[in-house]
Amino acid sequence: MDFDLTDEQNLLKDSVSRWASDRYGSLERIEAARRKPLGFDEAAWTELAELGLLGLPFAEEDGGFGGGPVETMIAVEALGRHLAPEPYLASVVLGGTALRLAGSAAQKAALIPGLVEGRHRLAFAHGERQARYDRFDVATTARREGDGFVLDGAKCVVLNADAAHTLVVSARTAGGRRDADGISLFLVPADAPGLTVTAYPTQDGGRAADLTLAGVTLPSDALLGQADAGLPVIERVLDGGIAAVSAEAVGVMEALHTLTVDYLKTRKQFGTAIGGFQVLQHRAVDMFVALEQARSMALYATMMAAGDDAAERGPAVSAAKVQVNRSARSVGQEAVQLHGGIGMTLEYLGAHLFRRLTAIEVLFGDTPTHLRRVSDAGALPSAA
Amino acid sequence: MDLRFTPEETAFRKEVRAFFHAEIPAEIRKKVSEGRSLAREDYVTSQRILNAKGWAVPHWPKEWGGQAWDPIRRYIFMEELMQAAVPLPLQFNCFMVGPVIAAFGNEAQKKRFLPRIANLDDWWCQGFSEPGAGSDLASLKTRAVRDGDHYVVDGQKTWTTLGQYADWIFCLVRTDPAAKKQAGISFLLIDMKSPGIAVRPIITIDGRHEVNEVFFDSVRVPVENLVGEENKGWDYAKFLLANERTGIARIGLTKERIARVKRLARETPAGDGTMWDDAAFRGRIASVEIELKALEITQMRVVAAQAKRDASKPDPASSILKIKGSELQQAATELLLELAGPLSLPAPVANDSDALGWEAFAAPTYLNTRKVSIYGGSNEIQRNVIAKAILGL
Repeated sequence: MDFDLTDEQNLLKDSVSRWASDRYGSLERIEAARRKPLGFDEAAWTELAELGLLGLPFAEEDGGFGGGPVETMIAVEALGRHLAPEPYLASVVLGGTALRLAGSAAQKAALIPGLVEGRHRLAFAHGERQARYDRFDVATTARREGDGFVLDGAKCVVLNADAAHTLVVSARTAGGRRDADGISLFLVPADAPGLTVTAYPTQDGGRAADLTLAGVTLPSDALLGQADAGLPVIERVLDGGIAAVSAEAVGVMEALHTLTVDYLKTRKQFGTAIGGFQVLQHRAVDMFVALEQARSMALYATMMAAGDDAAERGPAVSAAKVQVNRSARSVGQEAVQLHGGIGMTLEYLGAHLFRRLTAIEVLFGDTPTHLRRVSDAGALPSAA
Repeated sequence: MDLRFTPEETAFRKEVRAFFHAEIPAEIRKKVSEGRSLAREDYVTSQRILNAKGWAVPHWPKEWGGQAWDPIRRYIFMEELMQAAVPLPLQFNCFMVGPVIAAFGNEAQKKRFLPRIANLDDWWCQGFSEPGAGSDLASLKTRAVRDGDHYVVDGQKTWTTLGQYADWIFCLVRTDPAAKKQAGISFLLIDMKSPGIAVRPIITIDGRHEVNEVFFDSVRVPVENLVGEENKGWDYAKFLLANERTGIARIGLTKERIARVKRLARETPAGDGTMWDDAAFRGRIASVEIELKALEITQMRVVAAQAKRDASKPDPASSILKIKGSELQQAATELLLELAGPLSLPAPVANDSDALGWEAFAAPTYLNTRKVSIYGGSNEIQRNVIAKAILGL
């Protein structure tokens, strides 16, 4: 039982925090970056590469920096606290995990150097409109043709797809739409003929896209991992995504709570700082308790999400998502309420933090979905 | 960073678990688990078994029977104790007056009282709250006036838990009425057999006799029963209350209750199957379990931090444990009550017998557990603590 970071991890935390606060210390800077065509500044992406963050999850022998789940947690929490708009989650965490888990030596050798140096980005295109949060529900098909495959179908709300050079796309090589078996993953170049990427801004100031795949022809080496056996990889990618957004949410909630407490100390009404009113103090405390409970579960998710055993990992990660979602909702709503009118405007950083929390709630499964997963499992594993 | 226990800690967990199951009588543990009333003898029997093993007061200084365990072992011990439904070693003895005497008492008091406290030879109760002094404890009025070698005590204490069994009471009394609030208070040990003491039962919301009022009418207390210095009692009380908050989350207890709910739900008929088939009910169980898991990790974070800080100073983060821990204890009893359904209605008060099933004890447990967000510093007081000490409001 040890909650301490190693010296290297503390260094990582300091360097990411310093970078994010230098670059995005104010709402104006965040918004300036969001106004760029891809929703972030490409120069910032290069800086993340120079900090070593883009190679974090890849093994050293593959050209990465050999970081583990704790390193990812540190990075996304610090980036989240400052609402850094780069597609770290989409490219490094989701796309990177799929490549790390399922990629062949040749695929890794072809892609990782570019990813690590910031020349290349990934996106993870799995979700479909009818699937909601069912991870096995895939209607997109991949038909074998000659040595290769032909993909047809549609993907929705693919995070930062417009910034990706290669998309990791799930498609069905066998079975019916809702079968667990028969799903495969493919590496699809962003400029592949037949692929249409329709990008748009998201509620939280980020970007996503809907994809249509109309006869997208791929060579045989576009297959990522084993044919028909993609679901376990997808599950691990998404569970890793939950761990990451849990840590990110902790950073966002912490920023929002700090902002709120500072506001209570400075905002004067009735001739006194409103933080002197006990009813507001207690609500600020409840926010703090919710934040700390979420922090604990983000740690739990971090420890459990890398596990191979889906029966253990699944309920643990779902439990974390339920707690993080509930904390995110209450911290976000309370922050707006305690701020009053100013909390309702996009001129104020707090509102943007609340919007990000609201987006995190629906990413990778909402509260009822994950609560059902926990209750169907019947028990939670201890943090082992 | 590693949330796992070490192999040594896991072995320790197994050792204490095996001991509890093998040595503490099953009928006592069943009573605890089902929320049935414990007799005085049940507490005494259980604590003496622990004490014979050296485990009644593991957190005390070593020379008085402590085990010099680190905070993680202490946590594991308490969690296993609660999960095995072993009665907690009497709180007033082991977690309150004992540590105060060990820290602030003189040698004669330590020799005289500590071994008997650990073995439950003397049953202690707590004389802090008064009708006019609840959350505002320092406004207490019970006074002790020096008269030669004695103090003469007049006043009233209330919410005296299990005072009906007590041999001794440790009291906060006002020794300097002129001093400001906290400054004029002393910590006094009073023999319950002293002339002038009267105990009146208070029947609580669960229909049981758990707490009392204690009246003092010119009770003569030898000066040698003063702990530490006169008028310094508030400092000792703060030390005691900080101890009380440690482990107040009772995570092991709630875990035990949740495990029972899950087991009993599979045996409780509902519709064509059992309550376990009710997805909405299982969802409510899962909700409590999730928050409990979060709290368990929060507790471990506090425990790990405690191992590195001055343990005599309370950690304001422990107020989180009190707030959430009490809410979850209450939530678990609500699940039990829901599970018992209409069978929760028969009242066990007049007939606390083995013939009644567990269902009859669900409502008393639910009702009694409302106390946990009130005592030990109400949850509102805990919020004040966090607002001031952590948020700086």
